[in-house]
Amino acid sequence: MTTIPTAHRATAVAARATELSKVYGAGETQVVALDRVTVDFRQGEFTAIMGPSGSGKSTLMHCVAGLDSFSSGSVRIGETELGSLKDKQLTQLRRDKIGFIFQAFNLLPTLTAAENITLPMDIAGRKPNKQWLDQVIDMVGLSGRLSHRPTQLSGGQQQRVAVARALASQPEIIFGDEPTGNLDSRSGAEVLGFLRNSVRELGQTVVMVTHDPVAASYADRVIFLADGRVVDEMLHPSADGVLDRMKEFDAKGRTS
Amino acid sequence: MFKTALRNVLAHKARLLMTVLAVMLGVAFVSGTLVFTDTLKSAFKNQSAKSYDNVAVAAESFGSRDDDKQDPGIGKQTVRKIEALDGVTSVNGRVDGFAGVADKKGKLIGQGWANKGGNFSPGKDGKDPAYTFTNGTGPVLDAQIALDEDTADKGGYKVGDRIRVATNGPVKTYTLSGVFTTEDGGVNAGGSLVLFDTKVAQQLYLKPGFFQKVNVSAKPGTDAQKLLDQVLPLLPEHATARTGQALAAQEADDIEKGLSALSQTLLAFAAIALFVGIFLISNTFTMLVAQRTKELALMRAVGASRAQVRRSVLTEALVVGTVASAVGFGLGLGLAVGLRSAMDSFGVKLPAGSLIVSSTPVIAALAVGVLVTLIAALLPAWRAAKIPPVAAMNSVHAAATTKSLVVRNTIGAIIALGGFGAILAGAGAGRDGKTMIGFGAFLALVGIIILIPLLSRPVIGVMRPLLTRAFGVSGKLASQNAVRNPRRTGATASALAIGLTLVTALSVLGITVGKAVDKTTTDNIKADYMVAMASGDRLDKSVVPELRKAPGVVAASPKQASYLKLDGDYRSVAGVTPGDVEKVLNVETVSGSLATLGQGQLAVDDETAKKHGWKPGSRLPAEFDDKKKASLTVGAVFKKQEFLAPVLAATSLLDPHESRPHIESVFVKMSGGATKANEQALVNALGDNPAISFMDQQDIRDTFGGMINTLLNIMYGLLAMALLIAVLGVINTLAMSVFERQQEIGMLRAIGLDRSRVKRMIRLEAVVISVFGAVIGTGLGTFLAWAIGETIKGSIPAYALVVPWDRIALFLALAGLVGVLAAMWPARSAARLNMLTAIKTE
Repeated sequence: MTTIPTAHRATAVAARATELSKVYGAGETQVVALDRVTVDFRQGEFTAIMGPSGSGKSTLMHCVAGLDSFSSGSVRIGETELGSLKDKQLTQLRRDKIGFIFQAFNLLPTLTAAENITLPMDIAGRKPNKQWLDQVIDMVGLSGRLSHRPTQLSGGQQQRVAVARALASQPEIIFGDEPTGNLDSRSGAEVLGFLRNSVRELGQTVVMVTHDPVAASYADRVIFLADGRVVDEMLHPSADGVLDRMKEFDAKGRTS
Repeated sequence: MFKTALRNVLAHKARLLMTVLAVMLGVAFVSGTLVFTDTLKSAFKNQSAKSYDNVAVAAESFGSRDDDKQDPGIGKQTVRKIEALDGVTSVNGRVDGFAGVADKKGKLIGQGWANKGGNFSPGKDGKDPAYTFTNGTGPVLDAQIALDEDTADKGGYKVGDRIRVATNGPVKTYTLSGVFTTEDGGVNAGGSLVLFDTKVAQQLYLKPGFFQKVNVSAKPGTDAQKLLDQVLPLLPEHATARTGQALAAQEADDIEKGLSALSQTLLAFAAIALFVGIFLISNTFTMLVAQRTKELALMRAVGASRAQVRRSVLTEALVVGTVASAVGFGLGLGLAVGLRSAMDSFGVKLPAGSLIVSSTPVIAALAVGVLVTLIAALLPAWRAAKIPPVAAMNSVHAAATTKSLVVRNTIGAIIALGGFGAILAGAGAGRDGKTMIGFGAFLALVGIIILIPLLSRPVIGVMRPLLTRAFGVSGKLASQNAVRNPRRTGATASALAIGLTLVTALSVLGITVGKAVDKTTTDNIKADYMVAMASGDRLDKSVVPELRKAPGVVAASPKQASYLKLDGDYRSVAGVTPGDVEKVLNVETVSGSLATLGQGQLAVDDETAKKHGWKPGSRLPAEFDDKKKASLTVGAVFKKQEFLAPVLAATSLLDPHESRPHIESVFVKMSGGATKANEQALVNALGDNPAISFMDQQDIRDTFGGMINTLLNIMYGLLAMALLIAVLGVINTLAMSVFERQQEIGMLRAIGLDRSRVKRMIRLEAVVISVFGAVIGTGLGTFLAWAIGETIKGSIPAYALVVPWDRIALFLALAGLVGVLAAMWPARSAARLNMLTAIKTE
């Protein structure tokens, strides 16, 4: 079991967005998706990003994860500044330092579960760390299904493969885009449990976009976005607490 | 329903692009062929009608100058009698034969078989109606000639120049009196024509005072038929006459026959191209239906009947087919014009005439294009109709059941096995097995096309480890993606396989036959040179002694074609020079001695000897060409030889009985072998005659090999259209795959597959599919070639199947290249895919 000293946790930052803005279009039709957002994602922390539709939560994640370009500001993953990177370097950064879990279309149907898990390392041409791999597979409980193809797995099992894939390459940070959006509540709880365990037990850093307060309650910290700005933050959230906060936004949204 | 169909077509413009292109190309091929041959037909007919315009009656003699007992042609007296008939305005006598013109370097202008000579036959006005002089005048003196314009240009000759002309005798020098143009078909096809004064031509080709042909012109209003009735009794026994009109009709008929053979060949290749197109079209409609599963199910749910759904898909096909055919027809007109100018640039001058567009090509092209599209869309339409209304509610479309693949594979296996069985049976049947093989080949191809989705897994499975090792993750994913939709991959590969089956079968056969001919030449000929007339005519008798006098000649023997009635049957005999023949040709004595040829004895080949029980010492009653009888002795038995007749005799034995010995060729052995100097010595010995060709062994092989190569190249050219459509099919399939797998590709990009490797993945998928098709095609093609080879083996000496591995490797490499090229556009669009939109769920 790896425990990271609290002091260290507080200082080491896995990813940081500074004054990050993303603007679509120009003139009359201009839409500001992100408006000078500054946020840190600390190492070994499980962060949830929440907000109503159109708040910019997905855009923030995409920009920080190197999936999307931004208009101004800066994004750092570890020591690397993303703004100056070309597509090829960004791809390499995603490959080597970032893990992804999407809502759907996470797996390649032609590959077995095991092959899907090691895909990022195959792409990088690296040999997976056998011991670590076994540990991860064990944790998500897939030992018996490694030779199955995605079509032979349930939705929850598929998402567990995706979690294992994200963890297997030991990335600096894992991003999840509504990872439980397509799952029933039991499978969702399982997947969230694995993500939390990976943070607690393996010291992984996880950032997850969600609109589900229950999902958010698994995180160490919740960041609330509205109209492209960070409007609030909650530490050690509970599902009810998050729900109340969200209701507030909704009410505000309606009155303003 | 029609509106919905139309809207669907418009909505899927981009995805239908390749389908439209495929139909368009096929239709263009068909309509181009039809319009081109129609145009040619009409132009040729006009030309032949024109050349008989002034001819009321034409007479032709089949007499021979070798025949001493009767007149060799139509004599002067006969011509005078015809001239005296009522209504006759003029009578033109014609003689013709071979005449080769030397260029300024002494080389023959044009090919031997197309070098003609004729007579200038001026009427009272001093003009010959068949020739229009652009420069100078017709030849009227013994030492004058006229040349057709093209030949004069090629040789760089002007009126007044001295020109060496070879006929079947020695070379003579003439003065060019004029240059002319003519409607003569041979000249238009790129041949040369030399005109002599009539007396000179008669001397050269027949006998002074005689003509081979006589054309009679009459006053307008004369009844040609009546005139013919008057002319006929005047002609010698060996001559016949017809009206000019009948001759023109006959010629037009011959042209029609010749051209319809051409158009049928072209149409057969167009049919192959269209057949290949069916696979592409079917793929497209299958995809369109799959993408619209929900939409179609919804239509069913709100009350559309199965028939209506089926009709809506077929209507789409109808719209696509009609549009593509219309455009294709326009393209076909362009192709017809292009073909014409292409033939012009190859030196084939076609008679002028405007483009003829009759209703047949229009209807045929449109019908073919629409039908092919509809046939290809039948299966997808049928599948669309089977979509249950409940599919509208399901999120996932039920995949094709495995049952249909089981049925499909069983049917395919039965047909393919039947086909292979028929091919093997045909190969075993020898000479008569060709029809059987053709039938079997068709069945095998159909069976394999049905089975190809099944075959795709193991064949591509073999490639996988290789690709994974060479290209890592891209290779692995590509080989797996290639078998994800076995039906589509199968259809795509089939298109390529069909073309390559034909290309490979033709290549293997062509090269095998070429090698066999090569081997026959090297096995049988020892001579350094084979001397013959470029025209294929007989050589003059004087050639053998002249050649023997040339410096460096070790041995020279003619091959003189003759006949002897031996033991009651006419047999073909080769007249040779005893003592020399075994030095220039590989003659293996089985028994007796070839030296006996010198004593007036015969040599017979082992097959003939065995059949008749002849052996050295047998005495045979014989009758020569001039009916003189003799008793001849067999002096030797030799092993059957491809370059010799079954019976050999000394020329000295045959010559006294023949007025003009038919010397086909002379084989010459020289000290020092085939060298430039030796060849020059031979050329000099025969008076620098441009009409005589001197071929060394390589040249002999090249004449046959060249023919085979030309044929192969024409076939490759004709099959190129089918291959092009197959390539469009690969592009189509790849574009579909990329479109369907957007999300997957987006995910791969997100987790770190860079653009260049995404491109590589798509490219490799295309390569895998293409090479798969090529492997099937080359395999089946080689097998077919072997089977056909078995049936023709008997008629080709030294036959041994040659599998041209280098060429097959080239085909596979080209297929790979085709894959790379076909993937260019789909790969680029895959690499450019917007990751975020791709990942986003609906």
